[in-house]
Amino acid sequence: MSSRNMVALRTIWIKECTRFLRIWVQTLVPPAITMSLYFVIFGNLIGSRIGQMGGFTYMEFIVPGLIMMSVITSSYSNVSSSFFSAKFQNSIEELMVAPIPHWILILGYVGGGIARALIIGVIVTVVSLFFVDIRIHNLVSLILILVLTASLFSAAGLINAVYAKTFDDISIIPTFVLTPLTYLGGVFYSLSLLPEFWQWVSKVNPIVYMVNGFRYGFLGTADVAFSTSLFVLVLFNILFFTVAYQLISRGIGTRS
Amino acid sequence: MKALDIQDLKKTYKGGVQALKGINLSVEQGDFFALLGPNGAGKSTTIGIISSLVNKSSGSVKVSGHCIDEELVEAKTCIGLVPQEFNFSQFETPFQIVVNQAGYYGVPRKIAKVRAEKYLTQLDLWDKRDSRARELSGGMKRRLMIARALMHEPKILILDEPTAGVDIEIRRSMWSFLTELNEQGITIILTTHYLEEAEMLCRNIAIIDKGTIVENTSMKNLISKLNIETFILDTSPVKESPTLEGFNCRQVDDHTIEVDVPKDTSLNSVFTQLSQQEIQVLSMRNKSNRLEELFVKLVEDGRNSTEEKANV
Repeated sequence: MSSRNMVALRTIWIKECTRFLRIWVQTLVPPAITMSLYFVIFGNLIGSRIGQMGGFTYMEFIVPGLIMMSVITSSYSNVSSSFFSAKFQNSIEELMVAPIPHWILILGYVGGGIARALIIGVIVTVVSLFFVDIRIHNLVSLILILVLTASLFSAAGLINAVYAKTFDDISIIPTFVLTPLTYLGGVFYSLSLLPEFWQWVSKVNPIVYMVNGFRYGFLGTADVAFSTSLFVLVLFNILFFTVAYQLISRGIGTRS
Repeated sequence: MKALDIQDLKKTYKGGVQALKGINLSVEQGDFFALLGPNGAGKSTTIGIISSLVNKSSGSVKVSGHCIDEELVEAKTCIGLVPQEFNFSQFETPFQIVVNQAGYYGVPRKIAKVRAEKYLTQLDLWDKRDSRARELSGGMKRRLMIARALMHEPKILILDEPTAGVDIEIRRSMWSFLTELNEQGITIILTTHYLEEAEMLCRNIAIIDKGTIVENTSMKNLISKLNIETFILDTSPVKESPTLEGFNCRQVDDHTIEVDVPKDTSLNSVFTQLSQQEIQVLSMRNKSNRLEELFVKLVEDGRNSTEEKANV
């Protein structure tokens, strides 16, 4: 990478991080509060009556899924709202007139989404320590799944923002697609509890692979093989990055 | 090598509106060039294409010899753009805005910070460097966009109506700043509605209307096309319209007359003849902006010739 591109990438990334850190009350605090409620209600109150799930306490079982849920939501919303705001205020033109390769622009925004997702991942993990003793089976696979998931949903958020024309357009996908997929993605239950048909249907949901890949990193066991999770994540990353590149290089939503 | 070379540039928007109908335009290095035209004439589309904000339909654009189709990075590096609408984040500070812009062009942060101080100071914004951009006045926001455009030290500065909505004092300080930049060798291309601005600053001019260049010449040549200028004279009381040999003269009221003065004709004769008729001239002024009249005439002529061609 040329030094000019490196400087441009660093600039976009710093700008993105500065943005979400400036509004930390909106971007970093809510996941901590929401996840605390999940831990109290599902983990402590209801979880104590559920008993074991997949050989672990219910609290131990849901911690990886809840962290992953925060990571997915925050990486998606960070890029979709930031890129759409830039379009809305026309400040996206600052980037469009500059000699920045399209892939640098995408990496800069995605890098911002990953940074926010990682910080939130750490915050939620710290919150969970108040409720359960966390064990980590494999740190490398944990980080790998975390970064790949954050990059995937950051790219997805970017694609959403490219097409969005109003602020409503960037909330439709999270509300009607992401939330149902996340809740049905094995965050709160093991797939083995489902009838065989619904187990098969669940495996069409890509979030199942992310949650289970992440759970493997924590617990060393999951409903799906780690290699399958990794393969699905890499595949979806390639797909979403290719689409994002095509859209940005054609100037969809940014050039008339 | 020309600063800007546009050949047969066409743009048709998705809705079918043909904004540019094949314009040719060239601007020499170091020029101070004005692109004039009524609203919707195609000025902003032209600037949008040059600066990669608008996709062209056909034709070629070269910036400092770099074709935007093949050497876009080099072409973009040569241009600093000051757009018509404010296009920076309202939540960032002027310092962040200019330093980030330099970064997008690959200027290392250390150098960018030094340049930020230089240009924000020159444009009288240094005291406001840590304010939120939305808190700045309209004039300050315009100057911020000029500072931002200079951060990567471009060869060509393109300004799309830079003085729209700013008061006279700020407008004049911006004029003198732009003149200084031009004297340092930066090519300046500006669009404006203020014809006085174009006359005062620019050496060459193109007038665009309905996507067609109707005039492309030097400012001197354009002004030489003005044959007659009308002056309004405030006088001592006048009983009846005076007769001035060699001039058309009209009485407006008891204290005012209008005189049409042909180009290259001395005004002394007007004063002498009025003196002989015992009329004292107390003050005088131009009836209207002569360049404005010429501009309207050129645009109308262009439209008439287009209609004639269509009828043929």
